[in-house]
Amino acid sequence: MNQSPLQTTILFYIGIVPITRTVATTWGLMAVLTVASWIATRRFRVDAGDWQVIIESVVAGIEEQIASLLGRDAAPFVPLLGTLFLFLVAANLSGTFPGVKAPTASIETPAALAAIVFFSVHYYGVRIQGLGGYLKGYLKPNPVMLPFNILSELTRTFSLAMRLFGNIMSGDLMGGILLALAGLIVPIPFMALGILIGLVQAYIFSVLATVFIGGGIGAIKK
Amino acid sequence: MMTIQMLSIIGAVVGVVLGTIAPAIMEGRAVTAAMDGIARQPEAADSLSRTLFVGLAMIETMAIYCLLVSLMLLFANPFAR
Repeated sequence: MNQSPLQTTILFYIGIVPITRTVATTWGLMAVLTVASWIATRRFRVDAGDWQVIIESVVAGIEEQIASLLGRDAAPFVPLLGTLFLFLVAANLSGTFPGVKAPTASIETPAALAAIVFFSVHYYGVRIQGLGGYLKGYLKPNPVMLPFNILSELTRTFSLAMRLFGNIMSGDLMGGILLALAGLIVPIPFMALGILIGLVQAYIFSVLATVFIGGGIGAIKK
Repeated sequence: MMTIQMLSIIGAVVGVVLGTIAPAIMEGRAVTAAMDGIARQPEAADSLSRTLFVGLAMIETMAIYCLLVSLMLLFANPFAR
């Protein structure tokens, strides 16, 4: 282990802005996802073919999950949460390709995603409940809880980022250590476990984002 | 005489070891309770396993925090410059 898992490699500079390996991988993933979705949705018809049915069932499945968690119409939340889930699946699994390091295995990407969730909780809360109604939510169950409610907003965002980062990074680290210790065959079951953990963590991140947004809009009791 | 580096390594090891014991026991308990619930009410398996996964992730976070503290001790220790 020459390099700390808390550091990132800087590939090149644009002006004074350093472009790390994480940023480059994220751009690549975004490009792949965008182009893939554009190609997949290019020829949609009313009488759906095989391919269209698969995509529609994925989108409908995500919408159904969100609706069952929130207990209301999921349409306003599907673009954010669905994209979050698909991006996280792609990002967590990208680490299994040789030569690619999962962007979620360095701390910046989970922190940025958790910040997006943090701000969208307030955005949806204010948009759906109104500013007064949203702020009143901080005084529940009684006004004494106000500092704790504010504190919990911050700590849960922090732990959301840390959970994703810790899980994916520890999977990578474990694979690296086992490869150094035991050679070719032994790390393979751990890599399979890493794929499972990547999928579960993508699911959990999205579910928690949904729960937080549900708390923000008053659909879920905190 | 122990150097800061030696103390950090010992601290990291103790942190990870002690910090994973309690989450491991409690995750076992959570899975036991969920299995119990599914065995009693198989039709509730869907919502039980969803809650279980989220709960396990919450418990696991404690162990991950310990891992992060140990990694900070090893790689980003402010006292061992």
